[in-house]
Amino acid sequence: MGIPYSQKVIEHFVNPRNVGKIENPDAKATEGSPACGDMVRIYLKIDEKTKRIEDIKFESYGCASNIATASITTELAKGKTIDEAKKITWKEAADALGGLPPVKVHCAVLAVDALKTAIENYENQHGLIVNKKPTDEKKVRERLEHVIDPRTGLDVIRSKLVQEIDVKDGIVTIKVDMEKEHQFAGNVESELKERIEPLWDVKEVRVVFNKS
Amino acid sequence: MNYVYLDNGASTRVDPIVLKEMIKYMDEVYGVASSQFSHQPGIMARDSLEKAREIIKAGLNIREGELVFTSGGTEANNMAIKGVAFKSEKRRKILVSGVEHYSVLHSARSLETHGFEVITIPVDGDGVIDLEWLEKNIDDNTLLVSVQHSNHEVGTVQPIEEIVKFAKRVGAIVHTDAAYSFGWIPIDVEKLGVDLLTITGHKIHGPKGIGGLYIKKGTPIKKWMDGGYNEFDMRGGTENIPGAVGMAKAFELMTEEEVERVRSMRDYLKEKLLSIEDTHLNGSEKNRHPANLNVTFDYIEGESVVLHLDMRGIGVITGSACFSRSLEPSHILMAMGKTHEHAHGSVRYSFGRFNKKEELDYVFEQTEVVVRKLREMSPLKGGK
Repeated sequence: MGIPYSQKVIEHFVNPRNVGKIENPDAKATEGSPACGDMVRIYLKIDEKTKRIEDIKFESYGCASNIATASITTELAKGKTIDEAKKITWKEAADALGGLPPVKVHCAVLAVDALKTAIENYENQHGLIVNKKPTDEKKVRERLEHVIDPRTGLDVIRSKLVQEIDVKDGIVTIKVDMEKEHQFAGNVESELKERIEPLWDVKEVRVVFNKS
Repeated sequence: MNYVYLDNGASTRVDPIVLKEMIKYMDEVYGVASSQFSHQPGIMARDSLEKAREIIKAGLNIREGELVFTSGGTEANNMAIKGVAFKSEKRRKILVSGVEHYSVLHSARSLETHGFEVITIPVDGDGVIDLEWLEKNIDDNTLLVSVQHSNHEVGTVQPIEEIVKFAKRVGAIVHTDAAYSFGWIPIDVEKLGVDLLTITGHKIHGPKGIGGLYIKKGTPIKKWMDGGYNEFDMRGGTENIPGAVGMAKAFELMTEEEVERVRSMRDYLKEKLLSIEDTHLNGSEKNRHPANLNVTFDYIEGESVVLHLDMRGIGVITGSACFSRSLEPSHILMAMGKTHEHAHGSVRYSFGRFNKKEELDYVFEQTEVVVRKLREMSPLKGGK
């Protein structure tokens, strides 16, 4: 049987393409968390006129599939317009790698999700949202389902870390069941903000911790 | 360079001396170990089995009739825990530590459906059980306490004699899984004071498929496997004589000098690896198995480390979720109160007698390169 990874996965794992950071990116997004063992961050440089992805870089904390799927996703996206890149599916990424072991499919989902979220962030910030629906509690909740509670490895909605969401006049207030002194408090605050701040009509995100 | 195998905590290469010895018991002395009134081949087989038993008994200070051969450590753990439980009429409480091998944890948990209460003994950050907790929680309903002698993943050695002290006060039985300690750490069952002790053959360059359970005389335990009257009528089934002979031979080869040689190799690599920035030792520094090294490299994930090292000809394992069949991080590191991240970044280097000092500089250099490479692409490096 041998090693459960295709040659292509191993090749991208050993020599990942487009690794690193982009300083002052036009958009970025992080998916996953170190708590669940997989985390990927994607940075984009987008041509303002053509809306083409000029440069894309990724960072990964994760297993071989995580690195390989992020690498192939950046290859697939580079040079495409954001509308084209949005349509890349995890299946395409996995196929381009010659398949993935079933238990590792979520790695491909993560990488492709990070690309999509980064593009969505860009669209929000550049007035490109076609149906400009105002941000509501539901939208915030949907986005927060991608943030992982570092204590449990579950998302912050499922783990009930997020207790209340309030949206009013562009100010999103998120009440969390954690004390401000908790070792992960800073982490949680910045991840929640990173996830909500890009939304087009959000002016400010306030994270409210428990009183100790 | 030849492949550098550093997963001896999982299993070891059979020593050629052991192998040579074993073959004789497959192609020359192949009878079954039957009674003294049997034919010559049967008597020869029985004598060789008993000779193997003698060697191990002498090494562990076990008395006549107190060592039963099994198919390995897992069977011995099943036998000890379930055998004691199914013999018990009154007591219903079983205490096990959270860092036990699955064969202990799952054996204990399987008894919950039979009316037993299984309680986990907490451990500290090094994996050492909380003796104060044990003293408070052990009572006259406690049937059995099962705590491993040393941990196969992080190497921590447990204070078994202290556990026995508390258990004796309330009349509880003590089992210790010494599968990883056997041959590596001196064991005297009388001194330890335990009632049951598990050993295995394949972590000391002996064969797989052989192990044993020490059962102190008078310990109430149900016969494990029905069959003939083999093994003092405790376990039916034709005895694995090549296995027993191999295990005994391997045990003899685990001399003090050999263990010290391995320990010094381990210490050498330990110093080197801990010189890498943001690297932490897992398990007890002081009370530690001589052949175990387990470290966490911050900011990176272990499966990537393992794969990269494998491609460079080095075999190690990790406690990361991405590496496990269950996609759960190491239950041992989690029981020790470590974060998921800490478990994901853990890598175990476990030594054996066939490792060479010359290999270790290569192992260190390659590890350093791989850790640096992975940290360079990690979003966690550099704080946040």
